[in-house]
Amino acid sequence: MNIAAILPEILLTVGALVLMMVAAFGGRRASGVTTWVAVALLILAAIVTLGRPQDAGPLFGGLIVADGFGAFGKVLIFLSAAVAIIAAHGWFERDFEHASEYPVLILLASVGTAVMVSATSLITLYVGLELSALSSYVLAAYRRSDDRSAEAGLKYFVLGGLASGILLYGISLLYGFTGTTGFDGIAAAFARDSTPSIGLLFGLVFTLAGMAFKISAVPFHMWAPDVYEGAPTPVTAFFASAPKVAAVLLTTRICLDALGPAIDAWRQIVIFAALASIALGAIAAYGQTNIKRLLAYSSINNVGFALIGLAAGGPRGASAVLFYMAIYVVMTLGAFLCVLRMRDADGEPVESLASLSGLSQSRPGLAAAIAIFMFSLAGIPPLLGFWPKVVVFQAAIGEGLYWLAVAGFLGSVIGAYYYIKIVKILYFDAPAAPFAKAKAPVETALILAAALAVSPLGYLAIGPIGTLADKAAATLF
Amino acid sequence: MSDLPILSIMIAVPLLAGIVALFLNASGARWIALIATLIDLALGLVLWVNYDPAGAQWQFVESVGLAGPVAWALGIDGIALMLIMLSVFLMPICIGASWRSIEQRVPEYMAAFLLMLALMIGVFAAQDLLLFYIFFEGGLIPMYLIIGIWGGAERIKASYKFFLYTLFGSVLMLVAMLVMIGIAGTSSIPALMAYDFAPGLQWWLWLAFFASFAVKMPMWPVHTWLPDAHVQAPTAGSVILAGVLLKMGGYGFIRFSLPMFPEASAQFVPFVFVLSGIAVVYTSLVALAQRDMKKLIAYSSVAHMAFVTFGLFAFNRQGIEGALLVMLSHGLVSGALFLCVGVIYDRLHTRDIDRYGGLSDNMPGYALLFMLFTMASVGLPGTSGFVGEFLALVGTYEASSWAGIVATTGIILGAAYMLFLYWRIAFGTQRNADAAAMPDLNAREWWLLTPIAAAVLWMGVYPESFMRPMRADVGRLLERIERAAPPGDSHLTAGKPASQAGVHSTPAENH
Repeated sequence: MNIAAILPEILLTVGALVLMMVAAFGGRRASGVTTWVAVALLILAAIVTLGRPQDAGPLFGGLIVADGFGAFGKVLIFLSAAVAIIAAHGWFERDFEHASEYPVLILLASVGTAVMVSATSLITLYVGLELSALSSYVLAAYRRSDDRSAEAGLKYFVLGGLASGILLYGISLLYGFTGTTGFDGIAAAFARDSTPSIGLLFGLVFTLAGMAFKISAVPFHMWAPDVYEGAPTPVTAFFASAPKVAAVLLTTRICLDALGPAIDAWRQIVIFAALASIALGAIAAYGQTNIKRLLAYSSINNVGFALIGLAAGGPRGASAVLFYMAIYVVMTLGAFLCVLRMRDADGEPVESLASLSGLSQSRPGLAAAIAIFMFSLAGIPPLLGFWPKVVVFQAAIGEGLYWLAVAGFLGSVIGAYYYIKIVKILYFDAPAAPFAKAKAPVETALILAAALAVSPLGYLAIGPIGTLADKAAATLF
Repeated sequence: MSDLPILSIMIAVPLLAGIVALFLNASGARWIALIATLIDLALGLVLWVNYDPAGAQWQFVESVGLAGPVAWALGIDGIALMLIMLSVFLMPICIGASWRSIEQRVPEYMAAFLLMLALMIGVFAAQDLLLFYIFFEGGLIPMYLIIGIWGGAERIKASYKFFLYTLFGSVLMLVAMLVMIGIAGTSSIPALMAYDFAPGLQWWLWLAFFASFAVKMPMWPVHTWLPDAHVQAPTAGSVILAGVLLKMGGYGFIRFSLPMFPEASAQFVPFVFVLSGIAVVYTSLVALAQRDMKKLIAYSSVAHMAFVTFGLFAFNRQGIEGALLVMLSHGLVSGALFLCVGVIYDRLHTRDIDRYGGLSDNMPGYALLFMLFTMASVGLPGTSGFVGEFLALVGTYEASSWAGIVATTGIILGAAYMLFLYWRIAFGTQRNADAAAMPDLNAREWWLLTPIAAAVLWMGVYPESFMRPMRADVGRLLERIERAAPPGDSHLTAGKPASQAGVHSTPAENH
């Protein structure tokens, strides 16, 4: 038993339980304590993850592994969860009475997602997934008094339950036809016969369908816009970052590890999901008037690009997925932090695109930050968002998937339309009512840091991040 | 001198000045923009003086291995040198042209132009494929903002059209670039220029690059973004678009399509000739029918750019040298024409040709300069337009006599629409009292237009100054494409009677 290898998860679990008590007895007054302790715990967990030897091998009889791939994902997850907690602090402080449980739920969701990225068995996979999902359902409905939030929670729960059912069905088929829940055993079963049996194929399809729901890839994306819109904005920021990273990485691990020998079987599914997500994410965003909904479609679109890396397969593909998700998290969190600053003169949050009109004249700094994130999400050089797209397409082209690359890039042009539409609203339109000025130095610093990271300065970091991603991806094989 | 990373400095100066300008007030931003662009002009002159036409192909080379597969690799040959000179020459003039006419959000405006300058220099100096792409595409962002914020009534449609059209072309090129990097194992442009791709693959790669450069150039039928963008952009924006951004297309053909895919280029000669022929005739006729001054000049740009593609794909020295000179000349002349339009637009706030007339009476100085630029656009001997167009036509005629004949009609049609424009604006009776009351050029406008006029005459009388740095590079390009393009690869324009003057037959060296 190597307890040290799962120290980050233990740290967060114990911390979450203690903080839950603090929240229960301290009530609203404790919100400051729980917030900052939770942030400290997450940062500590990230440091522990980084500083640990990554060759611990399979743990607990092959249930879980502490490898570089998982560590890369965990650091991303912990840091983005910390940002989601910081972002929420000021937000809930203003207009809602229950702030102290929020960090606890995020911590539990982080534990779940951390388990997801290091799972090497179908059982651990499911446990991690459900832990994160259950926390997420509660988080989505966190503003009980708000109809939209309650609706989001309910929708997420029902559809999430359905997806879990599909996933479980797939898991049971895989188990039934291979006799094992371990990824190694499943891979061996797929490798045994040149054409997998129909039962295995069904298991594969259902498992991937369940995962597609979790990463909100088309055609299992329909919950995302509603949930993103209804959930409180800090929660949406969290949904778009940590669980997304975890689900994409988990899908990568399943495909490349457990289903590795069956690449021809799942590659077409992944290619379809990738292109459909890119296209739908781009086209459906056209008519949106709510910025959170729009960002939901943006995240569907981005998952499509990450899946192109997965479709390429191999160490390069896995590395491309990791790289993509790392940059994506920075861009998306930055964008959501900006959305959090959108409050009208009374301090009420606003989400309509129209309220952003002419923001460049009333709040030039905020407008410039949003514009940077939008151009970056659109993948326009010289912003950093261009590079992860290059990396995933390079991986796809390396595998000879030329048409996939061409189709994906054309999809990115379609998507560019709505990103530049936001810039148009910010810069070309006549000013609307100005937003309230809020003093939030930490959030401002985070926005600034994210904007600088995706600016051309970020290119200085592509080497180190690329090396890390390569190393992390190599541990999968 | 040789150790100084002068190209990086030329990119950094406007970039830093742009960031500083954002935090200044309007007049501070104007001055810092002017100073920064003048510094770049001075640095450009240093480049030109120190460039050794007989020296190595790539000079002022710098390379820093940025972490990852992209390298900060810069360096120029004579062709890039002249295009950089064009950019740094036009940029202070653009800032000057916006001195009074832009009153709103001046710091952002100046910052956008300075960023644009940095990116343009980067495009011409980049020696790494992906670095080139980053600069090439990066230009979309400032130009989108320039058109969208400070443009005319239809600015939003024009800005979308500009952005999406260009992006659409470029992403195909990016796919091709990634394929090339994957196959050749390097992203260094000089190395790729010497790399021989399989002819079958070249075909696809050429098409992908063509998609991008044809849009940028712009070639018929993907030119439709240009009239919108030019008309709606503020004067200085039009100058930069016509003067420099369009040249990126031609530069791309010279730097990438021809040397990297010579066989495919030879195969596509008929295709390019047909498109260029249609462009010359069709857009000239469209220009003839325009009532909007800027639109007329915009269409004339499309027609002039067709001379460039004719010349480049003639596969001989006259054609390519002529195309290069047309690019430089058009950069100056169309920029100057847009400035001329801007001068009277600032006074009367309309681009409608009918609202003017008889300006030679009340604005003699203006009429003089406008006439010079009109003649240069027509290609009158003694102006810059003549040298380039004549050479390009000679080269085209050598390659295909039919193409030569079609191309030459462009000269006649060009004379028709330009003289018609000049007649309607400067001559005739003064129909409108307000137009007749407009004052002549002020000192600032003289300062803007006379340098261009001088350059136009210089290039017309002694083109050797501009040709000398580029001659060796054209020779290297010819060496590359002549060796690689087998004689049988070229055909006459499809669907037209065959002529004996094949593309390959006499790639004459003497002229």
